[in-house]
Amino acid sequence: MRKALAVAVKELRQIRRDRRTLLILLFIPAFFLFLYGYALNFDIRHVALAVQDRDDTPESRALIATFVQSTYFDWVETVTSDQEIDGLMDRGAVRALLVIPAQFAQDLRERRPTEVQVIINGDNANTATTVMGYVSAILREASARAGGPAPAAVITPQPRVWYNPELRSTLFLVPGLIAYIATITAVVSTALSIVREKEMGTMEQIRMAPISTPAYVLGKTLPYLILSQTSAVLVIIAAMLLFGLPMHGNWAALSLVLAIFLVGGLGTGLLVSTVAETQQMALQMSMLIAFLPTFILSGFIFPIASMPLPLQYITTIVPSRYFLVALRGIVLKGSTLSMVWQPIAALALYAAAVLGLSAVRLARE
Amino acid sequence: MSQDVAIAVEHLTRRFGEFTAVDDVTFDVRRGEVFGFLGANGAGKSTTIRMLCGLLKPSAGAARVDGIDVGRDPEGVKRRIGYMSQRFSLYELLTVDQNIRFYAGLYGLAGARLETRRSFVLEMAGLAGREKTLARNLSGGWRQRLALGCALLHEPPIVFLDEPTGGVDPVSRREFWRLIDDLSQHGTTVLVTTHYLDEAERCDRVAIIHAGRLAALGTIAELKATFRDRPILEIRSADSVAAMTALDRLPFVEKTSLFGTAVHAVLRSARTTVDDVREALAGAHVQVASVQPVVASLEDVFLEVVDRQRERSAA
Repeated sequence: MRKALAVAVKELRQIRRDRRTLLILLFIPAFFLFLYGYALNFDIRHVALAVQDRDDTPESRALIATFVQSTYFDWVETVTSDQEIDGLMDRGAVRALLVIPAQFAQDLRERRPTEVQVIINGDNANTATTVMGYVSAILREASARAGGPAPAAVITPQPRVWYNPELRSTLFLVPGLIAYIATITAVVSTALSIVREKEMGTMEQIRMAPISTPAYVLGKTLPYLILSQTSAVLVIIAAMLLFGLPMHGNWAALSLVLAIFLVGGLGTGLLVSTVAETQQMALQMSMLIAFLPTFILSGFIFPIASMPLPLQYITTIVPSRYFLVALRGIVLKGSTLSMVWQPIAALALYAAAVLGLSAVRLARE
Repeated sequence: MSQDVAIAVEHLTRRFGEFTAVDDVTFDVRRGEVFGFLGANGAGKSTTIRMLCGLLKPSAGAARVDGIDVGRDPEGVKRRIGYMSQRFSLYELLTVDQNIRFYAGLYGLAGARLETRRSFVLEMAGLAGREKTLARNLSGGWRQRLALGCALLHEPPIVFLDEPTGGVDPVSRREFWRLIDDLSQHGTTVLVTTHYLDEAERCDRVAIIHAGRLAALGTIAELKATFRDRPILEIRSADSVAAMTALDRLPFVEKTSLFGTAVHAVLRSARTTVDDVREALAGAHVQVASVQPVVASLEDVFLEVVDRQRERSAA
């Protein structure tokens, strides 16, 4: 135990002098959060809209006003001839075009069904779908105001979205970012610090000394556990300040989940270090077995439920998947530990598995 | 096992799959001796050392280091030895003092003993007063002495030095060997691998390893005795290759080898004179600047041993 402490003290002294590592551990995470937090935003506002108003009546202008006042659309162009339309779309000057027919006001007054045409740029299918949703909602509202026929259905949905009433995608994405960032700090810092010792030859010196493998690993990883835990908490606080991430659960539960997840990450880094001989190789391996799955297979961006079945099975061994469930649960829903015991157990299982595997590999060396 | 044997190696063998890196090696190292381990890269020096340090299990045979069986109690061996490699395994981002304290921690040194040993190492390495210097900023010689100091912190009775003078200037090398002599005089056993032949000359005894086998073992004088009845001539010529070809054809020349720009020829018998060789070369129309007898160097011994080993393996 005293020997593990000697290793930990040495490691902390090294980290303190190694500005690059310190930077990677403490500031890059916050920077990433800032960058991705603003870049990764699926909410679409201020869609550039062109309008061709063939009616030019108070009714048609009221409809345009509804679009603009929704703040989802910015009225940037007015089209007078059909020839202009193609050019506007091609240049990318507008994403959507609203065409109001000539007899629009008259149809309304005579209570005849009328049609307005909406053309949407479909080069980005996600954006197009979202814009279409906005358009339908606005037209439904306008139709009701114009005294249109009551909906045919007797049962009308009154949806209420809990935990994220405004459906802000940021609230959904930030926990994913936290998982991503915590993975980087835990996996990479551990893998690099051990592989660096291999490269420098100090590893050989340590193996010639009477220190047991568990004591060495403990001394080596403990400083990084403390650092990455601190870094993760800083990122969460930053997410609250920058993106209004709520905290409905309690900090103790969050810290526990975080710690178990990070131990798994350190174990992954350790496993990488038993295979990689150079720092570059360690970085590439971490990329492959930790970053990519966290990005693609954890439900961070792409919902697991909509993946092909074989991929869904693969996600069951991606620890970030469970971390996200627990983190979103605690932060957004205020879940208690007993509610998220399953993902926590999965994380603990993962940590035990990678640590066990690393121990076997270390013993064989 | 007798009290004055520090390392006893018996039929030590290590195989990696089909490849035999160390093949049935047997030797003893006496207490307080400076024992040289000589061999080309890949000859099996490092594998032998790794087994003696308890890092690698022998495939066959046994070795006892300070009385401890390396196969049975590798951890016990680690406590009794010091190890230093050519890479001077120091932490560049730590100061001299922090490096010392870290390695002391690994060996469980604390309190008054730590302080005594720390001053000893600083004194020995000549680094007293520079405790706060980063290891990164030390030059080769200082780093080498600090690395040796760190390997000696726990006062091991046996020290393994794996090519300890690589990349160090000649002055530092000489100073380093003075430290090794010092250690040996105080009773520490030193096993040192090197491929500098001048360094090997400073060892009490030398083992030459070739292709995993022990090719020769003895004091420098004993090893050189093989040339007692076979004088070595050094021939200088503007065209060394032509001289070598001509010499190889002479019946009284056993073999030749290139030494820098000169050619060394081993004669079959002490009865052949310098003049015989000079005449024979003149007969072969080779221009010769000088022909003179030389004392066998360790390099001659090394080449001889390797040749003989090769013949034995071929037979």
